[in-house]
Amino acid sequence: MTALHHKLFRDLGRMAGQMTAITAVLACGIATYVTMRCSYDSLLFARSEYYSAYRFADVFAHVKRAPEALARSIAEIPGVAAVQTRIVTDVTLDVPGLEEPATARLVSIPARRVLLLNDLFLRQGRYIEPDRRDEAVISEAFAGANLLKIGDSVDAVINGKWERLRIAGIGLSPEYLYEVKPGEIFPDNRRFGVLWISRETLEAAFDMKEAFNDVSLSLAQGASEPEVIERLDHLLEPYGGLGAYGRPDQISYRFIADELTELRAMGLILPTIFLAIVAFLLHVVMSRLVTTERSQIAVLKAFGYGRLEIAGHYLKFGLLAALPGSVLGIAGGLWLGSLFTGVYARYFHFPVLRLQPEPYLPLAAAAVGAGAACIGALSAARRAVALAPAEAMRPESPEKFRAGILEHSGLMTWLVPATRMIVRNLSRRPWKALATALGIALAVSILVVGRYTIDSVNYLVDLQFRVMQREDLTIAFQEPRPEHARYELAQLPGVLQVETFREVPARLRFGHRSRKSSILGTSREDTLRPLLDRNLSWVEVPAEGIVLNSRLGEILGARPGSQIQVEVLEGARPVRLVTVAGWVEQPIGLGAYMQANALHRMMREAGTISGAHLKVDSTQAARLYSLLKRTPSISAVAVKDVALASFWKSYGDTIWISTTMLVGFASIIAFGIVYNGLRIALSERGHELASLRVLGYTRAEIGRILLGEQGLLLVLAIPFGLALGYGLSLLTSHALARDLIRLPLVIGPVSYTYAAGIVVAAGVLSGLVVIRRLAHMDLTEVLKSRE
Amino acid sequence: MSPASELTTRANLAGSEPVFHIHGVTKVYRMGDVEVHALRGVDLDLYAGEFVVVLGPSGSGKSTLLNILGGLDVPTAGEVHYLDHQLTGAGDAALTRFRREHVGFVFQFYNLIPSLTALENVALVTEIADHPMDPEKALRMVDLGERLNHFPSQLSGGEQQRVAIARAVAKRPDILLCDEPTGALDYPTGKLVLDVLDRINRDLGTIAVVITHNAAIAGMADRVVRVGSGRIVEITRNERRLLPSELSW
Ligand SMILES: Nc1ncnc2c1ncn2[C@@H]1O[C@H](COP(=O)(O)OP(=O)(O)O)[C@@H](O)[C@H]1O
Ligand SMILES: [Mg+2]
Repeated sequence: MTALHHKLFRDLGRMAGQMTAITAVLACGIATYVTMRCSYDSLLFARSEYYSAYRFADVFAHVKRAPEALARSIAEIPGVAAVQTRIVTDVTLDVPGLEEPATARLVSIPARRVLLLNDLFLRQGRYIEPDRRDEAVISEAFAGANLLKIGDSVDAVINGKWERLRIAGIGLSPEYLYEVKPGEIFPDNRRFGVLWISRETLEAAFDMKEAFNDVSLSLAQGASEPEVIERLDHLLEPYGGLGAYGRPDQISYRFIADELTELRAMGLILPTIFLAIVAFLLHVVMSRLVTTERSQIAVLKAFGYGRLEIAGHYLKFGLLAALPGSVLGIAGGLWLGSLFTGVYARYFHFPVLRLQPEPYLPLAAAAVGAGAACIGALSAARRAVALAPAEAMRPESPEKFRAGILEHSGLMTWLVPATRMIVRNLSRRPWKALATALGIALAVSILVVGRYTIDSVNYLVDLQFRVMQREDLTIAFQEPRPEHARYELAQLPGVLQVETFREVPARLRFGHRSRKSSILGTSREDTLRPLLDRNLSWVEVPAEGIVLNSRLGEILGARPGSQIQVEVLEGARPVRLVTVAGWVEQPIGLGAYMQANALHRMMREAGTISGAHLKVDSTQAARLYSLLKRTPSISAVAVKDVALASFWKSYGDTIWISTTMLVGFASIIAFGIVYNGLRIALSERGHELASLRVLGYTRAEIGRILLGEQGLLLVLAIPFGLALGYGLSLLTSHALARDLIRLPLVIGPVSYTYAAGIVVAAGVLSGLVVIRRLAHMDLTEVLKSRE
Repeated sequence: MSPASELTTRANLAGSEPVFHIHGVTKVYRMGDVEVHALRGVDLDLYAGEFVVVLGPSGSGKSTLLNILGGLDVPTAGEVHYLDHQLTGAGDAALTRFRREHVGFVFQFYNLIPSLTALENVALVTEIADHPMDPEKALRMVDLGERLNHFPSQLSGGEQQRVAIARAVAKRPDILLCDEPTGALDYPTGKLVLDVLDRINRDLGTIAVVITHNAAIAGMADRVVRVGSGRIVEITRNERRLLPSELSW
């Protein structure tokens, strides 16, 4: 080892505390990078494997009832590679051990196994036997949640008749990668599942002989999706087509695509922030080091060490701090990545989802770490290189003090000497003070952002499930029913309040933008599903016009007053121009709302209802549920509390893992910044403080000067950091906004307190370390050094 | 013949061809609007093997001259030649190579690397030199053979300065430039250090240029250069070069 390397390692040893702090922050940055990247890589890999091996379709469409012969015309659309017609329908299901009715999506499969679009992956058991019409393949998530095994049976109300279905196999399909009840966002695998049963069974039960109500297409290379969709819509329209759509509007695809986008964004943003902080910390520490080693650098130069050797020497400090940080970060990131993929495997149902980082990921991560370290050490290294050796040999001239405003104001005379020194020192180097304060503020802000996710999800859940959904139960009818069905519902045991709704699928257009959504007809007396604006005041749906979810409005580019085109995809399929009357703020979904009467008028129908929200007496719930299970006309029942519980059950862990990671990392970063700031201050002021000690100041007094100064900066920086954190959270909320779910910008007082508290704790702990150093300060040694 | 007179002769014999030749060197420092003329036209030749003492009051430009000689600094105007190399106008890389190959520095405040032991401080220089001595031998030459693994903070000022001298000579430089090497030392320690410098100059034949404001030291030189206000006021040759032990101040 060369002498210069001896120096390097001894210097590093002397700065162990600071370097450890920097290494820790760097490890956090690299860990987030690796976590996000390898989760991203793994999901992406699993998805593309799954999609190609099981032939995920490109275009999807539902139709009321189309003759099977139409399939041939569909296949003749230019660009269509394969056509798969099916019967798909939702029914209620009685699952052993489950009080509430579950919803099953029944999907037809041919009696004999052939290659299908959206094919089945069989996890257990076997495909249905051709001559056994009561057999079903059941989705793995549903089977798992309800502890259903091969050979078990479930009862389904299939078109008014009870059918007992025997489970022959447990499987998955890329179409239900994310398995969620139609119209919902969060999966509830106990109460929603997919059952694949034979086409003949469904044909017979739903009167669909030689007919289909669902079609999927795969496209040939180079086919134009919009053109195919247009032609398909044209073919299906006479048969009640509900509008074809491509993968982006397919719910499973949408969810995984959003997740991938988010992972990629966060995998870029978070590490960038963290590594920028690493660079900042290294910059401060290394600049200080070069200042203290000024004359050593001059000696090296005097004896003929060249630019490269000197630059290399100081860059190595950064690289050596980066090395363990990268190793730690890569290992930690892979571990967190395996946790993440484990969590993802709970909602994204792949045949296999393994941690599958790209082979170059560790290298890339190490390079990123080294890059951040080099950027941080670069300016210090450049200063070392640029240092004029002759210059550096002479002692630095004393720092310039000028009487500033504070001095002239006479304020200073009021302060005790120690305080005077603090104020003078801060005002003497305002930029330095500002940089320190900025560092602390940054630490606070990252903590705020970390907490924001927690607060936001809590708020969202509360808003969605308590404020915006006041019902206990929602019922959806298989077919629209006459209005008097409301009285039947009211008669059911335990039903306290019934509010019916009309919901029609529609395509909304404004300019060249369009979006499939559904229009909900509401009535003035409704209280269970309040429509609220951003201030949580009720929004009135006017007699004419339509009220849009603000996100939907944004997507369409429409504003209140705009005329949008509504193309209803049901019944007589009217197309109308409607004025946007206002916006509602909803964190979930993309709804559009009209008065029920206006909607009926548009549909040219008398009072028809699609479903109802119910308030229920909880003591009677069990009886009600068992009745509902047996009601054939109902396709879905959603129990709110159950949905809420299942949300926490499925999402609780994810939120916990990701926010713990973020808050944990933010806390480490906060410590790193505050501790380093204090150590730098100690190094800069050591000489002066030792002089004071020689003059008879006690340790406590000089401790107060040093800590007072940093403490003052800390206190000043915290409010600024809180504000910065709010701003960063705002950016994050925009970055994370998806079409179907938006995290509202909510940060509670607890979070602000937490952020400030962690930083104060970091300050106190670092202060203790520094006080110990002050206690061990060798006065003669400090005074001997010229610095 | 005494070793001292032998060297004097050698210096005189080499007289025809100077190792260093500087001509018309000026140095102006600009500090804002103020110009400080540190050197105002200096001519000087240095010959192989000679021991030169540069005398002058504080602020007279001694250090500036030394730094320019050693390639640590460049003159504002004038020429500096080392043998057949022109140092004026040479770039940073060339000056660095010049320092690396030919020059040994000793500074008033020793400037040892505090995180390196005595031995490592010397090795720091021998590692990048072409024909260095063994660092241990260099330290033995300055009577520090027993303190190889001590850190600077564990050595006295005189010992530190001797380590600095060992560091400067271990690369076998052609010229040893010492800027007030005894300035921070007490009388006996200072004499000890001068003795080491004298011995090295005699034994290795290295040109030694020693800056001092202490006139008594001039006695040990072959030649004495007196500077004042950025100019060479006078150059004298000592008839007899004294041993450091013969000096007193
Ligand atoms: N870097 C510098 N900037 C400005 N003035 C300088 C600088 N270096 C030296 N000087 C000035 O040049 C003059 C000569 O300095 P120096 O060579 O150090 O003198 P000496 O070594 O004889 O004490 C002094 O007036 C000094 O203040
Ligand atoms: Mg000087």
